[in-house]
Amino acid sequence: MRRTNRLGGAAAGLLASALVLAACGSDDDGGGGGGGDPSRNADATEVTLTITSNAIKGGKNTEEATWITDWVIPEFTAMKKEQGVDVTVEFEANGVDDEEYKTKIALDLQSDSGADIIGIDGIWTGEFAEAGYIEPLTEVAGEGVDDWDGWEQIPEAVQQAMSFEDQKYGIPLGTDGRVIYFNKELFAQAGLPADWQPTSWQEILDAARQLQQLDGVTPLQINAGTAMGEATTMQGFLPLLAGTGELVWNDGEWTGGSEGVTETLGFYADVYGGDQPLGDPLIQQEAQGRDTSFQMFANGELGMLIESDYLWRSVINPDGGIAPMQNRDEAVGWAKIPAREPGAGINGQDFVSMSGGTGRVLNPNTEYPQQAWELLRFMNSPEAFEAMLAGSARITPRDDVNATALADDPMLTFVAEEVLPITAYRPSLAAYPQVSVALQEATASVVSGTSPDEAASTYQSELEGIIGDDGAIAD
Amino acid sequence: MSVRQSLGVIGRYVFVAFVLAFFTLPLLWLASAPFDSAPSLTVAWPEFTLQNFRELVDNPYALRSLWNSVILAAGTVAIVLTLAALSSYALSRVRIPGRDTLLYTLLLLSSIVTGTAAMVPTFLLISELGLIDRQLGVVLVLAGGLLPTAIFILKDFMDSTPRSYEESARVYGASSLQILRQVVVPIARPGLATISVWAVVQVWGNFLVPFILLRSAEKRPAAVTMFTFYTEGGQPNLALISTFSLLFSIPVVAMYLFVNRRYGFRFHGGIKR
Amino acid sequence: MTAPSQTDPAPPGPSERSRRRPRIDDTDAAGLGRGRAAAFVAPALLLISIFLIFPALWTLYLGLTNWRLTGLAAVEPEFVGLDNYLDALTDPSFHNSLLLTLLFVFFSAVVGQSVLGFSLAWTTRRLRPSIRSLLETVVLLAWIIPASVIAFLWIALLSRHDGTLNALLGTEGTAWLLEYPMQSIIIFNIWNGTAFSMLLFSSALASVPPSQFETARMSGAGTLATLRDVVFPNIRGHILTNTLLITLWTFNVFTPYLITRGGPEGRSEILGVYIYRVALNEGALGRGAALSLIMILINLVIASVYLRLLRERKP
Repeated sequence: MRRTNRLGGAAAGLLASALVLAACGSDDDGGGGGGGDPSRNADATEVTLTITSNAIKGGKNTEEATWITDWVIPEFTAMKKEQGVDVTVEFEANGVDDEEYKTKIALDLQSDSGADIIGIDGIWTGEFAEAGYIEPLTEVAGEGVDDWDGWEQIPEAVQQAMSFEDQKYGIPLGTDGRVIYFNKELFAQAGLPADWQPTSWQEILDAARQLQQLDGVTPLQINAGTAMGEATTMQGFLPLLAGTGELVWNDGEWTGGSEGVTETLGFYADVYGGDQPLGDPLIQQEAQGRDTSFQMFANGELGMLIESDYLWRSVINPDGGIAPMQNRDEAVGWAKIPAREPGAGINGQDFVSMSGGTGRVLNPNTEYPQQAWELLRFMNSPEAFEAMLAGSARITPRDDVNATALADDPMLTFVAEEVLPITAYRPSLAAYPQVSVALQEATASVVSGTSPDEAASTYQSELEGIIGDDGAIAD
Repeated sequence: MSVRQSLGVIGRYVFVAFVLAFFTLPLLWLASAPFDSAPSLTVAWPEFTLQNFRELVDNPYALRSLWNSVILAAGTVAIVLTLAALSSYALSRVRIPGRDTLLYTLLLLSSIVTGTAAMVPTFLLISELGLIDRQLGVVLVLAGGLLPTAIFILKDFMDSTPRSYEESARVYGASSLQILRQVVVPIARPGLATISVWAVVQVWGNFLVPFILLRSAEKRPAAVTMFTFYTEGGQPNLALISTFSLLFSIPVVAMYLFVNRRYGFRFHGGIKR
Repeated sequence: MTAPSQTDPAPPGPSERSRRRPRIDDTDAAGLGRGRAAAFVAPALLLISIFLIFPALWTLYLGLTNWRLTGLAAVEPEFVGLDNYLDALTDPSFHNSLLLTLLFVFFSAVVGQSVLGFSLAWTTRRLRPSIRSLLETVVLLAWIIPASVIAFLWIALLSRHDGTLNALLGTEGTAWLLEYPMQSIIIFNIWNGTAFSMLLFSSALASVPPSQFETARMSGAGTLATLRDVVFPNIRGHILTNTLLITLWTFNVFTPYLITRGGPEGRSEILGVYIYRVALNEGALGRGAALSLIMILINLVIASVYLRLLRERKP
C-alpha cells in the first residue's frame, strides 16, 4: 500500500457511512413484530393468502405440491366463494435442501414478510419460537384454535412435534417412526427366523454374528460419523440412547457424558470394533455413505438397517423409489428397536423409537389471521388428507385417516400402531444441531478406535462449550 | 525434421492425449447415466431409455428454469461487460492514485459477498430496495459481486493494448466513447470474451443468491431446479439429476463455442507462422 | 501496491514504440481527462458500493456479534467484540483447516492450475485447429459444468464401489476419497479450475506481438529461452493476475464439500467447507463472518508476497 489519497479517502468515507447504516439496520431487524388482533380483517370479502412449503411439482415432495395446487387451492376457493368471500390462494414452491429452505423462511420471517401458512420441520419449532419468528396458534388466531375438533384425532405425542414449552405452534402434517429393517432372504440363509424380533442389544449382535458367515454380506448398518449428518443421530445414536432410558434433553437439561451415552457408544464399539467388525466402518466416512447403505440394502448385501418408514416408502419402494427393490414386499422384514435389555428403555419401555415430524405454522404477520387459520384447518381435514394420499399410503397425524389409509400397507400400519405409541422426539432448540454434531463426532471417534469412556468425556466437554452459560447439563 | 523436433512433436501429442483422457474420464458419467433407466453412481453401459428426458419435458419448471438462467446470465454479463469495460479503460489510461489498492480491496471484499456469511445482509438490502422476487435484484447482486474481478482482469488487457491507435483516432476527432467502442474494444476482444465466459459460468452455477431472492418457482434458474430433484430424505434422484445435468450443461457449452468462434482468440492467427 | 503491469519493461523489438509505457503514456493517450475518467468509473463504483461494499461491511460488522439466524441470539444479538476471532484462532479444527487450505491452494492452484493452464495455452497454439478446439472444449467443460453436477461426476469416478478409476486401474475396492482425501480434492481442483488459467494465458499469449516471436526465432532461441526472454516479460501482469485470482478463489472453493463433506474426520476440511459448516450447519453467522475476514487478511499477506516475487526490478 503506498499512501492514502483522494479517491481512497472518499471511498473510506463511503465505507464508514455504510457501516453506520449497517449497524442501525441490524438493530431493528430482531424478528417478527407480528402479533396484533387475531380478529383483524376477519370479515374481509377479498382475501389473498399464500402457502409455502419445501415441496415442488416434479421434484422434492411432489405429491404435497400437486395436492396444494390441484386440490387445496381450488376446493378452498370454491368453498369460500359460496360464502361470498373472494379468496385468492397462492403457493410458493421450494423443494430444496432442508437447511436452505430453513434459511430462507427464517429470512422471510425476520424481515416481517413471508407466506401466511408455512410448512416447517417440527425440529425448528423451538428455535423459531425463541427468535420470535412464530407465535402460538392461539396468539395468532385467537382462543378459537383450541375448539378445533381435529385435535382429538391427533395423538398427544404427535402434537408434541409442533409444540414448544407446552404451547401449540402449528398443526402436524406427518410423522414417522424408526424400526430395524432386515432382509428375510439373508436371514433364512443364516438360519434366522422371518418373524425376528430382538428383545435386547445382545440379540441384535448375535444375529449379526450369524449373518457374518454369509459371503459378501455386511451384517449390520448402524449410522455413525459426521458425514452422515443428522442420519447418524436420528437413525443411530438417539434410538439407542433411548434404549438406555435416557434422552438427549430432558426436563430442561442436556444429557452430558452420562452412563447411557457411554453404553450407547459401547454398542458402537461392539459393532465396529474387533478384528471382524459387524458393520462396514468405511461407509460412515463417505460423503454418500447413506446412499450407499440404501443401495446395499436394496441389492441384498446388507442384513440389518435402522431407518424410518421413509426407507420403505421412498427408497426401496418398487414403484418410484430411488433404489427400487422389486421383491420388497416378500424380502423385507421389520422389527421394533429393543432397549438395551427388557425394561431398560425410557419410561421403563421394552422397545423404543425416535420420530421426526413436519407441520404447518401460521405467520404472525399475516394480514388475515382468521382466514389463514380456516385454510390451515381445511388442509388438515380428513377429506384433505384423503385427497393428498390419493390411494398411496403414508402415515398421517390423524388416527381416523390412518385407520383407513394404511390398511393395505402392513409396514406403515405397524409403525402407526406399534411404534408411534412408544416413540420420542428431539428437542427443537437452537443448540440441538450443534449437540447433534458433537454426538456424531463421538460415534466417529469410537468407530476409529477411541474407548467409549473417553469419547463420552470428550462429548461432555464439547457440550459445555456449546451450551455455555445459556443452558444446564444434567450431572 | 530433426530428431529433436520430432521428439518435440511426439511429446506434445503424448501430453495432449494425456490431458484429453484426464479431462474426459470424469465426464463419462454424464454420457451414460442420463440414458439409463436406473442410474447409479457408477459408469455403466446404460439400459437405454429416453424416459428421463420425457419426464423432464413434462416437469413444469425444468425447461423454464433453463430459460431463466439464460435471462439472468445475459443480464448480468451485459452489465458486467459494459461497466467493467468502461471503468477498466479509464483506470488503465488515467492515473488515479491508489487505484490498485482500491481494486484489490474490492476484489477481497467480493470474496466475502459470494460466501454464505453475507447472505443475510444481502437479503435485507434487497428487500429494503423492494427487489425481492424480481430477477433484476438477482442480476444486480451478482453483477456487484463479479465486477471487481472483471475490472481487475480487464485492466490488464487494457494496459497491454497499444495506445497509438487511440492517439490517431483522437486526431481525427473521435470522442472518448467512440474511441473505446471502435478502437479499444476490438483489440481487447480476447479479454472481453474471457470475462464473459467467466461471468456466465459464475451466474450459471449460483444457487444461493437466486434461491434466497426469488420467491416464485417460475422465475428461478436451473441451478435451483437442479436441487429439487432430491427426495424428502435428501437422497438424489439420479435419473432426473443426471438428465437435467446434461441439459443444464449444454447451453453454457454452446455459449462458449459461440463466443469462442465469434469473438475469441482472434489474434492467434497472427502468431502462427 | 503497484499495478501488475504498469511497470512492464519496454520489450525489445520493432514494436517498442507502441508497447512502451513510460510515465508520459500514463497521462492518457485517448485524451480522457480526469473528469471523463471518473464518469467512466462511476457507474461501476455505484453498483459495487451498493451491492458489494455495503453488504460486505455489514457482514464484517456481524462478525463482531454473536448473531444467529434463529433461536434466542436472533432476537437480541450481543456485541461480543473480538470473541469470534479469538474463538476461531484457538480452535484446533481451524488450524487444521488452515493448514489444509494452504496445501490445497499451493498444490492445486499455484502449481497445478497455473502450470497446466500455461502448458495447455502454449501447446495448443501449435496444434491443428480441430484438435485444439477439441482439447480446449474438454478442458472448458470441466470448468463450465456447474459444481452440483461435477460433484456427481467425481464421486462416480472415485467411488469405492465400481468406480471408473478402480475399474481402469484394477484396484477393486480402493476408497480413494477416504485413503487419499487431500490428494483427491487437489487433483479434482486442478481438473476443475485449469480452464481459467488456460483461457487467461491464451489471451495473454495472443497479446504478445508476433514480431517478437519472429525475432526470437530468427536469433535461434529455444523454447525455454523464448519463454524467458519474450513471453514471460510480456505476460508478467497476467501471471500476477492469474495467481492472485486463483489463490483467492481456491481459498473460497466449496465444491470439495459436495464430494467428501470435509471428511474423513476433517482430513479434507478446507476453509470454504469449514466456514460453511460454521455459518450454515451450526448457524453461527457471526463466527462465519469473522472467519471470512481472517481469510481475507491471509490473502492480503499472500498477495503481497506475490507482488514482491513478480514485481519488476526497476532498471
